[in-house]
Amino acid sequence: MDVLEIIRKPWPWFIAGPLIGLTVPALLLLGNKSFGISSSLRHICAAVIPANISFFKYDWKKGIWNLFFVTGIIIGGFIAGIYLANPDEIVVADATQQTLRGLGLTDFSGLMPKEIFSAANILSLKGLIFLVLGGFLVGFGTRYAGGCTSGHSITGLATLQWPSLVATMCFMIGGLICTHWILPFLFTLVL
Amino acid sequence: MEKSENTLAAELLEEDKDGSNTQKSTEGFTANFKYLIIGVLFGIVFVKAEIVSWFRIQEMFRFDSFHMYGVIGSAVIVGLISVQLIKRLNIKTTSGEEIVIPDKTFSKGQIYGGLLFGVGWAITGACPGPLFAQIGAGYLGVIITLLSAIAGTWTYGLLRPKLPH
Repeated sequence: MDVLEIIRKPWPWFIAGPLIGLTVPALLLLGNKSFGISSSLRHICAAVIPANISFFKYDWKKGIWNLFFVTGIIIGGFIAGIYLANPDEIVVADATQQTLRGLGLTDFSGLMPKEIFSAANILSLKGLIFLVLGGFLVGFGTRYAGGCTSGHSITGLATLQWPSLVATMCFMIGGLICTHWILPFLFTLVL
Repeated sequence: MEKSENTLAAELLEEDKDGSNTQKSTEGFTANFKYLIIGVLFGIVFVKAEIVSWFRIQEMFRFDSFHMYGVIGSAVIVGLISVQLIKRLNIKTTSGEEIVIPDKTFSKGQIYGGLLFGVGWAITGACPGPLFAQIGAGYLGVIITLLSAIAGTWTYGLLRPKLPH
């Protein structure tokens, strides 16, 4: 089995997790940057549509490193998605598959359910709920919380910040409430 | 007037310590490419470990798989050990500066905002990082999610003075 073949297979958590963890010291050592991706959204607002809102009136150029970082993530996603793509289908846990089938999903072949996230659905109710509403909550919620999974759950916890533990617990509670009570309702609307 | 507003804005930015830049010396434009390279490596890991998968996030919230808990847990442990080493051995940045990690200040926003983000995370199957990686991997519909997330951030900025913190 050659190396490329091994790389193409899905990476286990004990490889991926430590590599993500190393992003924290890498960014600190390269130039005193704290790993936190959602702040890039704020810099985009400050750079493009500040609209005289005080929250966006700051020197966003100090955060330009983060815009380079997220541009890198897009390129990395492209490389992994095109050149290093897994030749086999994603293996979704049986229990999750069964529950989702019960909710009406049938296609488990890609990284995301095509029935909901395919670009053809952008202008439908599916797009409105799963892309527009979902995305809005991600952007509003992360900024209100002062960070996302990277800023709070990884950087914050790794530097022993208790407010980040509160935030992480709330991320989980919100996700659990949504998965078990809100999603079943949303699926009845669109499937 | 402009100056005082800028100071206020600087304070507001200080309040939100996410993704902070505590480097003192100025960096040239090209210096930013090293962060782009870290981003590329990071994006590859995101896709290859299927963290960008909506299904993996569902498994996590349904407690049907250990994968995401393993990823986040081991990332935190490696991050924690690295930061402790940096602090105890007094390791400096590549340009010789002392490493500064600002403390996060608690606000009720971490509760309200955290809950709202959690709901959005389960709907989209993505936190902000994976949004960028999904777009790169060819899920172009996610561009709408990203634009909407930017709109959400903007709306938060607009409503910020009226929201409980």
